[in-house]
Amino acid sequence: MRDISTSIPRVDAWEKASGQAKYVSDYVYPGMLYAKTFRSSIASGKILARRYPRLPEGYAIIDYRDIPGKNVVKVIMEDMPIFAETNVTYRGEPILLVVGPDKEKILEIMASIQIDYQETPAIFEWTNSINHKHFSKGDGWKPSIEAARVIEYTYKTPLQEQAYLEPQGFVGTYDAGKISVIGSIQCPYYVKNALLFALGLPSDKIQVIQAAVGGAFGGKEEFPSLMACQLAVALLKVKKPIKLVYEREEDILVTTKRHPATIKMQAAIDDNDHISSLKVHIGIDAGATTGLSGVVLMRAMIAATGAYTIDHLDVSGDVYWTNQVPNGAFRGFGAPQMMFAIEMFMEHIAQDLKQDPFQFRLRYLAKMGDRTSTNGSFRDPILLSEMIEQAMKISDYHTKAARFHSLKCHGIGWSVFLHGCGFTGSGEALTIKARIRLEKDNQDQVTIRVAAVDMGQGIRTTLRKLVSQILEIPLSQVDFDLPDTDLVPDSGPTVASRTMMIVGGLVAKAAEKMKANWLSGKAIAYEEQYVQPPEIHWDEDKMQGDAYPAYSWGVNIVEVQVDPVTYEVTLMGIWSVYDCGKDIDRLIVTGQADGGIAQGVGYGYLEVMDTYNGSIRQHNLTDYIIPSAADMPSMWTQWVDNPYAYGPYGAKGVGELTLVGGAPAVAKAIEMAIQHKITQIPVTPERIREWMKSG
Amino acid sequence: MRLLDFLRKEQHLTGTKEGCGEGECGACAILFDGVIAHSCLIPLANAADHDIVTIEGFSKTKRFEVIAQAFVEAGAVQCGFCTPGMIIATESLLRKNPHPTVHEIKEALSGNLCRCTGYQMIVQAVQIACEKGAGLWP
Repeated sequence: MRDISTSIPRVDAWEKASGQAKYVSDYVYPGMLYAKTFRSSIASGKILARRYPRLPEGYAIIDYRDIPGKNVVKVIMEDMPIFAETNVTYRGEPILLVVGPDKEKILEIMASIQIDYQETPAIFEWTNSINHKHFSKGDGWKPSIEAARVIEYTYKTPLQEQAYLEPQGFVGTYDAGKISVIGSIQCPYYVKNALLFALGLPSDKIQVIQAAVGGAFGGKEEFPSLMACQLAVALLKVKKPIKLVYEREEDILVTTKRHPATIKMQAAIDDNDHISSLKVHIGIDAGATTGLSGVVLMRAMIAATGAYTIDHLDVSGDVYWTNQVPNGAFRGFGAPQMMFAIEMFMEHIAQDLKQDPFQFRLRYLAKMGDRTSTNGSFRDPILLSEMIEQAMKISDYHTKAARFHSLKCHGIGWSVFLHGCGFTGSGEALTIKARIRLEKDNQDQVTIRVAAVDMGQGIRTTLRKLVSQILEIPLSQVDFDLPDTDLVPDSGPTVASRTMMIVGGLVAKAAEKMKANWLSGKAIAYEEQYVQPPEIHWDEDKMQGDAYPAYSWGVNIVEVQVDPVTYEVTLMGIWSVYDCGKDIDRLIVTGQADGGIAQGVGYGYLEVMDTYNGSIRQHNLTDYIIPSAADMPSMWTQWVDNPYAYGPYGAKGVGELTLVGGAPAVAKAIEMAIQHKITQIPVTPERIREWMKSG
Repeated sequence: MRLLDFLRKEQHLTGTKEGCGEGECGACAILFDGVIAHSCLIPLANAADHDIVTIEGFSKTKRFEVIAQAFVEAGAVQCGFCTPGMIIATESLLRKNPHPTVHEIKEALSGNLCRCTGYQMIVQAVQIACEKGAGLWP
């Protein structure tokens, strides 16, 4: 049998290349109307009065009074309204939809809508904590006992925009009391559950279908539920097909982004220059709703020691509520912020102790059997030493580092990191409870029924490949259509690097059973439900135990040159070694690696997003700069096999892993080039100029 | 009306995508007299009497087949939203320069954004297309 990693052509490549694949905005229905969102122009205040114009025939205004169920977008906390009622809490908060046949006319109507506000003071400072968490390990923080000194740094990370190429959107229809929405989404059942809550309809009256998704990166995890609720309320009212698709500016201004973070790290150093304990605090900005911020905070906190083992720890975190656009899921989900901080901190501690940073970091690398930051266990083999060696070799790191130390404006930096696979804590077992179904008809055609979305990561290809390989049948004998909640069970959201490991694991289990009982010409179906491996224990309140069933690992090396006149950074090369257990398709995971590190280094040196008085200052891809082909250097990526017992063929998570190490690797390379400690990203020419001038 | 709206709404040629509406991302790229152009920046009137080829038209050519096959082989297609524009950019480049260097390929693709691939596999796809399609672009 051939190695499962051997690449096959992506099943949807031709339809995408030829322009035949249908994305949301490509759907058209007879008599279809358009919808546009009217939004708050202030960051904080009361709505005193609404003045709507007299509407021409065929046009409608939809606001909170049209919602049959609860005016809440069901995520985790019930604090995000579908439409603002009496208060607005951020600039851009949706107040109503205008729906009608002509876009120009809709804009005219929007212009004549008048909302009278009474402004109230907006909060932009991080003072209002709505979620505080804390855990410790060993003796916690103990600087007074045996510390010769305490080293302390504060790190800051910015907003980051997902910048999927396809803006968010839905198109919906109403047919005999049934609402169907087709969306650019990651989580069909998140959308369906939100609609059930908002509309109060029975389950069979709501259908959610995935269109081809033009990139998501977390941005289409929870935000689409808000849009879908608004659209569905409009569908109930006007009972005609409606399209709600954002243009880029609207998408950038109001959709969720990566939480900005401030991370204070303190290390107690003993007489032997050894870290005896670590104290970490992370604050993140939720914006004006809680959303997923609490879970993002947890993942960040759990990543406090990165790929290292530190025996005594005190970790705390706060989610701050502000009158900013709400932040949310983005590939990495809190880990990129923390990984930047811990990776820079380990380097900075070594520098302050006048030790070789390379050797210093190696000393703390996590090993199999070590306790995790939350007193769980690293049960599986950890191959970091050989991965680092491999990465150093292919990049010629040591020769370059030695040369660059005396050569101005050249730098090379490396990061080592892990990513917990699947949902944090008990999410998988208690909240998601993934279910899948594998069917075979009497023609022996097999169909995979899962709610997993292909947003570019290739799951349509890899799941079919998985089943075809297990059943030893051709790929063409295995179907996997775009998920439709009328047809597929809830296998959970397409997030948290869980799809291949968790959903694929269940599909593989069903395929094994089908194979064992294969009877040609007989229709049969197998269902599977997720069961937590018995050795995994997690206490959610205390944040103690195994936060994840498995961990993927990685090493990134980035080489840069800094222009001494313009201070511009040029990437010269990127080298990576990853352990994702076992890759189900080499070309597909390498594609994840290339794209992940591009987003990771972009976060580190290029992508600037900031706010002024509650408004995001970047409006389009002309001023929110993401890496272009000209910015990206050659990339060399290697994979080590380290099969995980519960993953299909040993597969663990891969999607997020490839992003989390990019920022610290590029920041360290720039640090070497400019001989200045970096505590804040992105490392822009403006900042480099300041630092180089200040010495 | 923009050429992009005419193509998508009037002609139902939805292979040409709208990613930013400001000529930055290249998802709306078409061939304008054989050269890549952003259809979101072109008023429909300016297209009169010019030769406009969209991905739908181009996909009926041998050159498309070679480029698309190279994209598949290299792994250059992920979410696919940028792909038609990238293929148009590739055709525009190879018409001018059938044997581009890596640097020239990156320059030629730098007006087309992709958030999935980090571009390396797209650059490799262009190289494969050059090789396999030798003679197609004289």
